[in-house]
Amino acid sequence: MADHYTRTAVTLHWIIALLIFTAFPLGVYMHDLPLSPDKLRLYSYHKWIGVTIFLLALLRISWRSTHRPPPLPAAMPSWEKFAAHAVHSLLYVLILAIPLSGWLMSSAKGVQTVWFGVLPLPDLVSKDKELGDALKAVHQSFNFLLLGLVIAHVGGALKHHFIEHDDILARMLPFLRNKS
Amino acid sequence: MKRLLIVPLLFAASPAAGAEYTVLLPQQSSISFVSKQMNVPVEGSFRKFTAQISVDPAKPETGKARIEIDLASIDTGSAEADEEVAGKTWFDTKNNPIASYTSGSIVSTGKQQYEVTGKMTIKGKTLDIKTPFTLKPAGGVLLIEGAFPLRRLDFNIGSGIWADTSVVADEVQIKFSLAVAPAKK
Repeated sequence: MADHYTRTAVTLHWIIALLIFTAFPLGVYMHDLPLSPDKLRLYSYHKWIGVTIFLLALLRISWRSTHRPPPLPAAMPSWEKFAAHAVHSLLYVLILAIPLSGWLMSSAKGVQTVWFGVLPLPDLVSKDKELGDALKAVHQSFNFLLLGLVIAHVGGALKHHFIEHDDILARMLPFLRNKS
Repeated sequence: MKRLLIVPLLFAASPAAGAEYTVLLPQQSSISFVSKQMNVPVEGSFRKFTAQISVDPAKPETGKARIEIDLASIDTGSAEADEEVAGKTWFDTKNNPIASYTSGSIVSTGKQQYEVTGKMTIKGKTLDIKTPFTLKPAGGVLLIEGAFPLRRLDFNIGSGIWADTSVVADEVQIKFSLAVAPAKK
């Protein structure tokens, strides 16, 4: 078993992280804006990023299923291992579920999602105001959960690096590995 | 023998020959539109409109229609957008509550297919509009259906920041389906 992630896994991790760190604040910022051309533009960008995350997440999960990640340090207490696995699993679920709930919400609100303004995604549900409002609540709750999990995930990685001094963070950040 | 066959055929072809259709059935009629926002087609409609129509299916070329649309009755799909398009930069419904259409000459272009040239007035501006439409009898009523593109900026609909057609396209597809019943005798 390798002691580090494959280059593909590392690349996908950071691209998806970067896209989430763009789409999340964008979503928080745009939804309260008064209606304007800029608002419509930002909504489209947000949806395009979401669809991209969804597709990269599918790619990443299929890669993950054929390339086992390196094991956690043997010295880690089992509850910590369990917590790490639980957070990772939920993050995988959410990087699919959040874009999916957004896509469905958009359809329910009567606006088709057209990836980069070019590729129309099918409307899996038809226009329905109540369903749209419900899916909006789902999309928001998933994102609050994501925020909590990302804080735990980043906090855990930093704790491993600065307190435990192990290679947990370095194996996802190749430049740290090269230094040590 | 041949003559006997032709007579009922003639009647079958135009059962309502000479009958004028003049009564708009609002419940069975619709005026809707599709605009493109960031290249995404978004449907909307107008809930309230009136029409003075007189069409004789036997000679549709003599038909006449005047349609008045209550612009404030727009349904864009979201309350926020309904409010926005009532405002000054869009329809300015306070000063221009009505969009009106008056038909002009009608020519036949095929079986049950016609083209009408009419005048559309929105926000004080009147322009010629050419529209293809079909005439179909359906259960005692006459269905007048068609669609045509309208350039919103020709009528100054969506000015200022909204004039940017890379967000909301200039061309808006207008679709109409009018159910008209025969004149009451």
